[in-house]
Amino acid sequence: MNRIEARFQSLKAQGVSAFIPYITAGDPDMEQSAQLVLALERAGADVIEFGVPFSDPVGDGIVIQEAAQRALQRGASLRKVINTVRAIRQQSQVPLLLFSYFNPILAYGIEAFARDAAEAGVDGVLCVDLPPDEADDYKAALDGAGLCTVFLTAPTSSDDRLRLIGEKCSGFVYYVSRLGVTGEQVALAEGLKQSVTRIQRLTGKPVAVGFGISTPEQAAAVAGLAEGVVVGSAIVRVVAQHAENPALLETVEAFAKSLADAVKRTP
Amino acid sequence: MKKYEALSTTSAKHPWPDARGRFGRFGGRYVPETLVFALDELEIAYREAMADPAFISDLTERQRNYVGRPTPLYRADRLTEHLGGARIYLKREDLAHTGAHKINNALGQCLLAKRMGKPRVIAETGAGQHGVATATASALLGLECDVYMGTEDIERQKLNVFRMRLLGARVIGVDSGSKTLKDAINEAMRDWVTNVQNTHYVLGTVHGPHPFPMITRDFQSVIGREARAQIIEAQGCLPELLIACIGGGSNAMGLFYEFLGDTEVAMVGVEAGGTAIVPGMHAARFAGGVLGMLQGAMSYVLQDEDGQIGQTHSVSAGLDYASVGPEHAMLFTSGRVEYTHASDQEALDAFQLLSSMEGIIPALESAHAIAETVKRAPKMAADQTIIVNLSGRGDKDVQQAAKFILKGEEI
Repeated sequence: MNRIEARFQSLKAQGVSAFIPYITAGDPDMEQSAQLVLALERAGADVIEFGVPFSDPVGDGIVIQEAAQRALQRGASLRKVINTVRAIRQQSQVPLLLFSYFNPILAYGIEAFARDAAEAGVDGVLCVDLPPDEADDYKAALDGAGLCTVFLTAPTSSDDRLRLIGEKCSGFVYYVSRLGVTGEQVALAEGLKQSVTRIQRLTGKPVAVGFGISTPEQAAAVAGLAEGVVVGSAIVRVVAQHAENPALLETVEAFAKSLADAVKRTP
Repeated sequence: MKKYEALSTTSAKHPWPDARGRFGRFGGRYVPETLVFALDELEIAYREAMADPAFISDLTERQRNYVGRPTPLYRADRLTEHLGGARIYLKREDLAHTGAHKINNALGQCLLAKRMGKPRVIAETGAGQHGVATATASALLGLECDVYMGTEDIERQKLNVFRMRLLGARVIGVDSGSKTLKDAINEAMRDWVTNVQNTHYVLGTVHGPHPFPMITRDFQSVIGREARAQIIEAQGCLPELLIACIGGGSNAMGLFYEFLGDTEVAMVGVEAGGTAIVPGMHAARFAGGVLGMLQGAMSYVLQDEDGQIGQTHSVSAGLDYASVGPEHAMLFTSGRVEYTHASDQEALDAFQLLSSMEGIIPALESAHAIAETVKRAPKMAADQTIIVNLSGRGDKDVQQAAKFILKGEEI
């Protein structure tokens, strides 16, 4: 069974939610990104979102835009991200989800990408600007390679779309809990519980909530109502602030652990 | 006398986009999920509006009395004589209110925003013409208006920045990426994704996710509809050739669309050749681009082998964009339209030629179309006709052009 699906299944049996941190691959560099993945696993990550840097990230706020820019300046590419996953797999079996935009995958070749990513040890892919109605070839290629296809849902998604997205998703459904781009927010979206319940009902899949979660308190609150909690910009910001710090890995691990513990504390 | 259909046969012979917003393999709707509902809502509102006689008559009345349509189809006799070949007509979109064709689409979309009950509009702008047009239509209709513009373009087009502010719009500088049109679009999309419930995004060209390429084309097709009637009126037959410059491609689609059914009419789209056709020095997507997806649509995209979007260059901010409208991509692959490019220098030469020969200072964008005319007209017979879309006036470019033409001397 796919590592992402297996992880959600075992968490369900334990009655706890998944902690899903995001980092941008290649920031500060690929070698350290691989080390950061291992640090996040030690901190208690259940699935790690590994961001593929793109020159025009329309879905991202300034923190992740800048991380992508730094990574590209150091020569990051989808090919190098896949190679980094291959290296990580020498040491870890943590479930890995690539978080990408469509054009790098299209340029790589959808079939070749699915084959190479699966062979390297990627477990699933979330493509921000590829809604399921445009994803026939992509879905077929990823299914064929045994990769999970995670799609976004939004507060603006209609019932019909949620059903469609539920059909096309495997592993879990990602809920963008607020209108806007990625970034840290002071308060959680209002009515989150009702929204998550609606998405669970219409998609029939585990729901991970992201966009705007930055503190252990918020993570704990979300863990109480969804199967997964995604934290991105807050971690990427810590990586950026400590890029030159010899204790980068320990610092990120400690911050991630505070989030993981908060997620797991929830009954 | 050649035979022709009195009315355009385009819609029968070129029934695009399809129900999924595709022009063959191009176009589509590649956006984050949050925007899907807004695009659905927009398409429904647009189709209802276009079927509503009250909306059409309001639009038509404003086009006539506010924009100043129809714009003239002007026979450029001195340019014709100078080049010594085909008879040259200029479709004078530079005479439309605000000085460019962009008002056709901005007015249509702002009326649509109003109809949808959205009190705020946002726009991206490169040369500033679409920003000015949207700010103008917003002032006319009482809408709040924010315009995103790359900081490099703000530097190149200071006059238009002040015009937008004067019209009551807020101009928001975009300092990310290449600091030009592409980055302004990214930032406008980020704004739209955040404020989608009360905001309409007035996308300025025939690019972006469906239904934008269709809506913009339809609002711009008034150019070709008028030109086709005007040329038949003037000479009793259709022209041999249409020429238009292409950034995103809205003025070209606007001129070409009504003629697509007229198989005897040839068409050329002119991209920005910049300083050389090597990566980073131009914006000629059909010369250096490959299939890709940028900002919502599948089309030709200037990019590296890893799928990262390439840097572009043109002396003209309005043509400086890494992708091109999906309908153009379709017309390129089918061969219906020929695409070529003019260099910065050729455009600057054409800019001066038209100014001195006809007393018309063209926008640097439109000067690319004039540059192609300079190459084509002498090779054609005197009884043949070219219509060139003079998409905008050049006042905004005088300072930029002076920098190149005077090579550092004082104006």
